[in-house]
Amino acid sequence: MSEQRVGFAAAAAALIARDLRLALRRSGDTLQPLGFFLVVTALFPLALDPQLSLLRDIAPAALWVGALLSSLLALDLLFREDAQDGTLEQLALCGLPFQGLLLAKTAVHWLLTGLPLVLIAPLAATALGAPYEAMPGILAAVLLGTLALSLIGAVGAGLTMSLKRNGSLLALLVLPLAAPVLIFGARATALAIAGEPLAAPLYLLAAFTVLSATLAPWALAAAVRIGLE
Amino acid sequence: MNELTADNLQLWRGEQHVLRGIGAVVAGGQCLQVTGANGAGKTTLLRALCGLVPLEAGRICWRGRDIAVDAAAFHSELNYLGHDNGLKADLTATENLRYAAALRRPVRAQDIAAAMARTGVAEAAGQLLRHLSAGQRRRVALARLTLTGGSLWVLDEPGSNLDAGGHTLLLELIGTHLQSGGVAVVATHRQLALPAAQLRSLTLQ
Repeated sequence: MSEQRVGFAAAAAALIARDLRLALRRSGDTLQPLGFFLVVTALFPLALDPQLSLLRDIAPAALWVGALLSSLLALDLLFREDAQDGTLEQLALCGLPFQGLLLAKTAVHWLLTGLPLVLIAPLAATALGAPYEAMPGILAAVLLGTLALSLIGAVGAGLTMSLKRNGSLLALLVLPLAAPVLIFGARATALAIAGEPLAAPLYLLAAFTVLSATLAPWALAAAVRIGLE
Repeated sequence: MNELTADNLQLWRGEQHVLRGIGAVVAGGQCLQVTGANGAGKTTLLRALCGLVPLEAGRICWRGRDIAVDAAAFHSELNYLGHDNGLKADLTATENLRYAAALRRPVRAQDIAAAMARTGVAEAAGQLLRHLSAGQRRRVALARLTLTGGSLWVLDEPGSNLDAGGHTLLLELIGTHLQSGGVAVVATHRQLALPAAQLRSLTLQ
């Protein structure tokens, strides 16, 4: 029986559209990570002496710890609901590359938590006293860093999706793996604020992001397949 | 020619030997009815037949080819309906069917409407799935089954939550599928009222 089949690109686009529509339907849940990031970064100036030099010193740490934690917030739901309602099985059994479809779902996680962070980062950095000249460097670092965070986080979410209470285990799995993002991202941000060349940590961050993008899809598919058994 | 063969399937779940040398041959136009008490391993067998659960020993072939060799080609012909409907609660019935079909084959809006009319949920088309009853959701899942096609249907308790009319509908759908040369594997507690020539039975201990 010869049937007309859909191509992978069309299927992945439909999957992304579906997840974005679902996210739009619960915009309250969707906006939480962004709100969390803003509140965390805004709390630092309140807790410290409002001296510009002090704020600039802690700005990289505040930005990146906030980014790491807010990325973690939305991970729990990334595969859990799909695993419970059976749609994840349908993805695994549709005959299209499973890694690719899971990567499409990871892209949605980035669009909903990473991209808003990139857009809001200049505001948060300004609130922490970063000069205007530092913005291109901070933007580049946050863009690369959030991509890596979504990719690493997705593997953790896949591994823990079938567990009952997985919040803290997910954090324990993901945060150590995400340490390079924190180190290089914060270093690049600190150099950008100081007005010094930041190519070295930025390149290392880019290399780590590329490595995550290369390995994560396979690890992710293997983790989710185990979860589906 | 469509044909599903399972040969000496062995599977352990922890300490429990769930599938002990299961074998079956189902040809095109035939339905394999899998029965057995609760916990006998019906769902496990069905998931193994789909390639979701790796086997300890044994072989499953579709058209004479081991399904593990070219899983993508096998899956593109497979249509699985498990305990869970595979539908999102926060999407309407129409949206669910559109996105489910988008993974398999191009369908038009009127195909979706026709599938829902066929399974008796046309009036629920625009409602969120979470507002439908369990039986209506099952009927939307049956609409997905007819919409996305595939020559091998693997159905796990497809009649759960369905009323008497729903059971008749289910038999009609399976009958149509078999007449077009398809193969069906159905786990059920309720005897399927199909012609004897179309029906194979497997009882798990």
